[in-house]
Amino acid sequence: MRILGPIVIAGLLVGVVPAEAGQFNAESFTLANGLQVVVVPSHRTPAIAQMVWYKAGAADEAPGKSGIAHFVEHLMFRGSKAMPPGAFSRTIAENGGRDNAFTTEDYTAYYQTVASDRLELVMRLEAERMHDLLITEEQVKTEREVIIEERRTRIDNVPGSLLAEQIDAVLFLNSHYRLPTIGWQHEMRGLGADDARSFYQTWYAPNNAVVVISGDVTVERVRELAEKYYGPVPAKPVPEHPALTEPPKVASTRLEMTSPRAANPYWSRSYLAPTFIEQAGRPADVATVLAELLGGGETSRLYKRLVLDKKLATSVGADYSGERNAGSFSIYAEPREGVDIGALEVAVAAEVAVLLRDGASADEVARVKRRLQEGAIYDRDSLMAPARIIGASLASGRTLAEVEAWPDRIGTVTPEEILKLARDVITDSTAVTAVLLPEKRS
Amino acid sequence: MRAGARRYTLVAAAFLFVLLLRALPAAAVTVTPVKSAGGVEAWLVEDHSLPLIAIKFAFGNGAGLDPPGKEGLAYFTTGLLDEGAGDLDSEAYKARLEDLSIRLSFNADVDATSGSMRMLAANADAAFDLLHLALTRPRFDADAIERVRAELVSELQDAAQDPGTIGSRIFWRTAFPGQPYGRRTRGTQATVAKIDAADMRRFVAEHFGRDRLKIGVVGDVTPEKLRELLDRTFGDLPARSAPDIIPETAAVDAGAYFLVKVPVPQSVVIFGERGLKRDDPDWYAALLLNEILGGSGLNSRLSAAVRDKRGLAYSVYSDLYAMRHAGMIVGRVATRNDRVGEAIDVIRAEWQRMGEEGPSEAELAAAKSYSIGSFASGFDSTEKLAALLVSLQVENLGIDYMTRRAELLQSVTIEDVRRVARRVLDAHKLRVVVVGDPPTLLGAHEVPPDGG
Repeated sequence: MRILGPIVIAGLLVGVVPAEAGQFNAESFTLANGLQVVVVPSHRTPAIAQMVWYKAGAADEAPGKSGIAHFVEHLMFRGSKAMPPGAFSRTIAENGGRDNAFTTEDYTAYYQTVASDRLELVMRLEAERMHDLLITEEQVKTEREVIIEERRTRIDNVPGSLLAEQIDAVLFLNSHYRLPTIGWQHEMRGLGADDARSFYQTWYAPNNAVVVISGDVTVERVRELAEKYYGPVPAKPVPEHPALTEPPKVASTRLEMTSPRAANPYWSRSYLAPTFIEQAGRPADVATVLAELLGGGETSRLYKRLVLDKKLATSVGADYSGERNAGSFSIYAEPREGVDIGALEVAVAAEVAVLLRDGASADEVARVKRRLQEGAIYDRDSLMAPARIIGASLASGRTLAEVEAWPDRIGTVTPEEILKLARDVITDSTAVTAVLLPEKRS
Repeated sequence: MRAGARRYTLVAAAFLFVLLLRALPAAAVTVTPVKSAGGVEAWLVEDHSLPLIAIKFAFGNGAGLDPPGKEGLAYFTTGLLDEGAGDLDSEAYKARLEDLSIRLSFNADVDATSGSMRMLAANADAAFDLLHLALTRPRFDADAIERVRAELVSELQDAAQDPGTIGSRIFWRTAFPGQPYGRRTRGTQATVAKIDAADMRRFVAEHFGRDRLKIGVVGDVTPEKLRELLDRTFGDLPARSAPDIIPETAAVDAGAYFLVKVPVPQSVVIFGERGLKRDDPDWYAALLLNEILGGSGLNSRLSAAVRDKRGLAYSVYSDLYAMRHAGMIVGRVATRNDRVGEAIDVIRAEWQRMGEEGPSEAELAAAKSYSIGSFASGFDSTEKLAALLVSLQVENLGIDYMTRRAELLQSVTIEDVRRVARRVLDAHKLRVVVVGDPPTLLGAHEVPPDGG
């Protein structure tokens, strides 16, 4: 693919689509090779954040290869044809920048923050490793030990994380969300250079990526540099994501884990919930309001009843988490010292039952919605947050227009929608209830 | 996610020097000193690009002045400040904060008691009034105290099972035996049980004085409006706070090697020794030295040796701890039980080599470049910038510090860094605490975990 000259670029600028005024006032364009580029101009500090999102995560791994998406993320720092191992981050640091990356079920993201006059450098570096990563046996051998240590740090040393892994494994019956993103340790041990190359070559392509640049830049400048550096990266056929969706659950499950490393008991109940992307995200928006109303902050229904009134819990909350092919809704609580975990469970269920019976008042819903909408203003108060929110949505299959309209859409969620979704989702006959108990040692 | 995965290579050095010739931009921020009619002073960065305001403030005393036997008082008290004030009980106060999307938090560390608040500019009057209530008329209702006590006890119990916290507690207690910096900021279950509302009222009365109060404000507010808000919020606080009676001190100047047996698959190791205070003339050299040895930005020596070369850990780092009356350099690594001895040997060897030889010219140039260039993007939100404004005042660095900082770092010479390396780094004086289940650990003295 040839690099487009400046004159052609000027002509293409006509094609830039300004999104309607929304949360971030971002603008977006797509290169000929299919790479989507989003720009969020903000001139508060002379710095930029670049985030490169690949629509490839743990959910795209082959059976038996859990952890390979995250392993590739690590290997992206271990050398390309243009850069010796480690030189990527070193170059960014020498230029006063910071960089890192993360992997989730549905996508993998790489990011840098640098002074705005170093934009060209970070775009060139990311464009290079978009297509010329070099994976050697030597690098794989050492880095595999590093990711296993990472697993020990994040999961194996932390009883609550071990239990969360077990919850996902029984909540999701069919989709890859059953498996930990970091991988099961016995499968991580078997991951090799060929597995990493195969995953990288299958999924890393401009037509399967989104670049978001936030900060002190103009769309024109980003366009020019994107054409220069990302433009020549060849597009290639990328497979469809595995469409593993969840069947109806018909049974409830109880998990109990006793650990000598757990200090306090912990209780949670999880339900399958709508995906992040269905119906342009409407059910996800309703679930977000429901979670906030039930368990967000220290004025929520659960906090008032369980922590303030009944004094049964030290903390309580609710959470909705939506992915491309599935979602989950969970309620959790930690009992106050001496409180029986069974009594806590009964009390939580009773409070939830009140909501399922009566729903929420218009006034209560309005207060929660306004808090969420005003929270969206805080999301603009950093370089990274806009890039993170936009990138995560686009990489999951949502549109920029949907992201921009989020505060407005939240404003239209009705008490009737909340009640209907709550009754659909919160069904204890198909829930996964989990209890973590300290092992009393003599 | 990766943490501090950086690899040093000479291969890239030649190419990088070309880039370094280009000037790095200075922080484009204007700090305005503001003084209210009532004499309350603050540093302000006006930014009207978003309808938000952030304020951060710190009083000059913290947990270091907790009375003996009531360790945890400062921290426990800050947990009650947003639990009701004036005519508003806890529930009413929190409903007001949440309905106005005001984000208010308080904290206490060993040297300071601080607060942080963010609000929509339209709600500034109401927000500052709520803050004023919290600082001047906190209720300390009995049910709120018992609820927060239960949360704090639960937090202490969790911490007592966390390998990193177990290691840190022993590290600091044995480095500063019987001294404020060796005590626990959050107390123990026994000390927290003894603290009551009278203690908290006394704490507020003694320590929330205006004399050593430092305030930073960033966002959508004019100096005129801020002056008014400052007087309304802080104007009727007592003029003076209790004197800081923590003596100048230093950690035990001898090595130690402890093992706490805990059944976890990965050992956590805390290691360190005496460092420098913030006002030490060698501070900037020490900052660059630490960046090269165990900082998070570059591929540090420790990370290259432990992670990249041997795959022994996901994360290894060192940090400078500059308290008001003592300085430390402390690091941390987590590694598989059967190789923890090897990891410690590697760290000791790198520590000693750096102490004897110091860094190379190329390493120093890279560290300067990173430390100078990354400064501004570390303060990309109103909240982070407000916190910086407070620390600049606490450390007495001057209102023009942000324009001078690059030069302060540039002027550090390789001889400066080598001198500081010799002065600070001595592997024989490392205090090493291992928490985990290693099969053997030659030379380590086994100790039980501290009580909860």
